[in-house]
Amino acid sequence: MALLQISEPGMSTEPHQHRLAAGIDLGTTNSLVASVRNSVSVVLNDEDGRALLPSVVRYSATAAPVVGYAAQCAQSIDPHNTLVSVKRFMGRGLADITDAGSFPYHFVDAPGMVQFRTAAGVKSPVEASAEILRVLRDRAERSLGGELSGVVITVPAYFDDAQRQATKDAAKLAGLNVLRLLNEPTAAAIAYGLDNAAEGIYAVYDLGGGTFDISILRLSQGVFEVLATNGDSALGGDDFDQRVFCWILEKSRLAALDAKDTRLLLTKAREAKESLSEHREVSITAVLSTGETVDLMLNATTFHEITQSLVNKTLAPTRKALRDAGLSVDEIKGVVMVGGSTRMPRIQAAVAEFFQQTPLTNLDPDKVVALGAAIQANVLAGNRGEDDWLLLDVIPLSLGIETMGGLVEKIVPRNTTIPAARGQEFTTYKDGQTAMSIHVLQGERELVSDCRSLAKFELRGIPPMVAGAARIRVTFQVDADGLLSVSAQELKSGVQASVTVKPAYGLADEDITRMLRDSYTHAKDDMQMRALQEARVDAQRLMDATQTALDENAAELLTADERNAIEAAMRTLQGRLDGSDPRAIKDAAEALNAATHDFAARRMDVSVREALTGQRLDAI
Amino acid sequence: MQFDFNRNHFELFGLVPGFALDSAALEQAYRALQSQVHPDKFTHLSAAEQRASMQWSTRVNEAYQALKSPLNRAQYLLQLQGIDALAERDTAMPGDFLMQQMEWREGMQEAREAADVAALQTIEAEITDTAQQLRAVLARQLDEQHDYLGAAQSVRKLKFMDKLVVEIHDTYEALET
Ligand SMILES: Nc1ncnc2c1ncn2[C@@H]1O[C@H](COP(=O)(O)OP(=O)(O)OP(=O)(O)O)[C@@H](O)[C@H]1O
Ligand SMILES: [Mg+2]
Repeated sequence: MALLQISEPGMSTEPHQHRLAAGIDLGTTNSLVASVRNSVSVVLNDEDGRALLPSVVRYSATAAPVVGYAAQCAQSIDPHNTLVSVKRFMGRGLADITDAGSFPYHFVDAPGMVQFRTAAGVKSPVEASAEILRVLRDRAERSLGGELSGVVITVPAYFDDAQRQATKDAAKLAGLNVLRLLNEPTAAAIAYGLDNAAEGIYAVYDLGGGTFDISILRLSQGVFEVLATNGDSALGGDDFDQRVFCWILEKSRLAALDAKDTRLLLTKAREAKESLSEHREVSITAVLSTGETVDLMLNATTFHEITQSLVNKTLAPTRKALRDAGLSVDEIKGVVMVGGSTRMPRIQAAVAEFFQQTPLTNLDPDKVVALGAAIQANVLAGNRGEDDWLLLDVIPLSLGIETMGGLVEKIVPRNTTIPAARGQEFTTYKDGQTAMSIHVLQGERELVSDCRSLAKFELRGIPPMVAGAARIRVTFQVDADGLLSVSAQELKSGVQASVTVKPAYGLADEDITRMLRDSYTHAKDDMQMRALQEARVDAQRLMDATQTALDENAAELLTADERNAIEAAMRTLQGRLDGSDPRAIKDAAEALNAATHDFAARRMDVSVREALTGQRLDAI
Repeated sequence: MQFDFNRNHFELFGLVPGFALDSAALEQAYRALQSQVHPDKFTHLSAAEQRASMQWSTRVNEAYQALKSPLNRAQYLLQLQGIDALAERDTAMPGDFLMQQMEWREGMQEAREAADVAALQTIEAEITDTAQQLRAVLARQLDEQHDYLGAAQSVRKLKFMDKLVVEIHDTYEALET
């Protein structure tokens, strides 16, 4: 399958029951959207034939936000309102941003996630990301000629729960149905692996604008199995720019700069850095708003010196990933290079030296992630091709809970294959105790204060007993997106304790509604129409799925009564589809879901049995 | 007939319970099962099917983890015999093992202080060797002699050694940075 092919907007898609799906690489610096057409994954260009969309959003008081190249051009003249690299702030509080002073923004310290004060009001990184996603969604829908049924959005493998949740929230805000959050290096491995029919153990080294990931995968017979992953979600090309920027300040003896000059010099720094990938030296000139001038030559040697520690910073996680996978360098068959920053010769040399082989640079490091995501989206949307493959990914960071003395007890270790669940039993320490609080953390360190707090929640409704008698089983479930959910039950009484997980970051439904309202000019009507539209699409999808299931297995798995009950629920839902109340449609869909619960479980049993029978036959 | 979600890990993969295990067969069964139940196969289906898929896929992953590593597998076999190998009250260790352990620890401490990576690697190799031999003993205890208490002790020893190796790895990391 040839992967690297760019399509023209408006090219027609296949007919029949093909569901429109897309893969989105929501990058720190650049974002892209791709889709599978005629069995080939292609990047979808904008009307000017450009594949990349700079991840830049410019807010203004009077007009809709501007996204992409136009916004990028304005970053030096309107730095406070022009947000670049917002991905770095996803799921992060102000306290997490150690270098807040070096950004030309007006940060607002909101609970959970930092926000920006702009001409259009206070905006969160989630809202800015949603603006980028909306542009990509429009591009895809125009290009594919219809509404997207679902998307796969990529995230750095080393993103934690808060960062993943924030990404999902942004997609929701942009009106996208997220089929899966896919890890960026894994997406690259899919694109590379399928394109080259690769078999064996590969490393994917992904250094983008703001994040670094290293993943070790085993590719064999259509299975992509992630063995270990590591990285740094705050290390990328931006940091190289920052080093050059500091060097400029020092050499030109410049003191504190205003926001415009900061942005101007950061842009100059980035241009110089990129130019050094081709040339031995580069000149940097600029005239600042104060009238001061910058006129410097930066050569490759100096650039290496000032950025060497950043290069090394990528090698430590690489070593850890290898060690976690239980592998040595000579067992790695190939190293796939992803991300614009891997164009730096120094990076290629460092990776070559570490792995003792020339890394694979024969694919476009900017596009391979989006292309892989599109392939996955196509499969997940139900457009299964003849080539069936399976993806087994892992969680990047350990999950644990707080125990006595501010220590963390690990419950799900890093690099556990997902979906995964672990149960843990707790008991009360006071007579008659009816509530208990649990603190969930993510990270590798031993102290609570060194890990990231994911959620603090209360178990309530424990029946009063003597101290130590209650047995509360708390289950931590990590789903295929790498997101955590928690449930709890008191075992003696069977009481399902109510769990209120109030994540420090995630958005409540009301927040989403408010943001949606803010983003529409004709707020109310649009909101209502959109909710209705979404409810109808979801309901139709559910009915189609149920009908398929009934056609396949109803005869063998359901009694006549059971089948009638499901069909009745379907009729109710069908009857409400033409109504105008989204709530009523959602309720009926919920009821249909509940009615198919046992049926779904039985269908799954059949699959399992079939898998095992097939297996035994093979083994004979 | 309902397929029992709770049947044991070996049965789930259609394997004969035992410490000696055909790892290729395990892997093949694991992949065959995940190909059927993984959530990626259900994203276009109803919420009920997605939930069932996640539960099954989680279950299959858990079983695979428990059987893939020899140490986990031994622990699981003992659990099927009603023995919790790591229960607090049984942790008394024979003197010679404790001596050996202390030696390793001292060696690690010295190597760490001297930032001597080669010395650490020697100790790691020694531990890995000893663990290898002990696994052979464990195989006999479980599959031939059915000496479950002895096996439990071997498991505890191996757990100790595992921890030491993790500590050595952490030290490499600390020395690298
Ligand atoms: N020729 C080049 N030499 C050096 N750096 C380059 C070159 N071309 C692009 N870059 C850098 O690559 C980075 C952007 O890469 P990419 O588009 O892969 O990142 P991204 O996907 O947006 O970010 P991330 O994956 O971290 O979210 C920028 O820092 C850019 O300066
Ligand atoms: Mg990227």
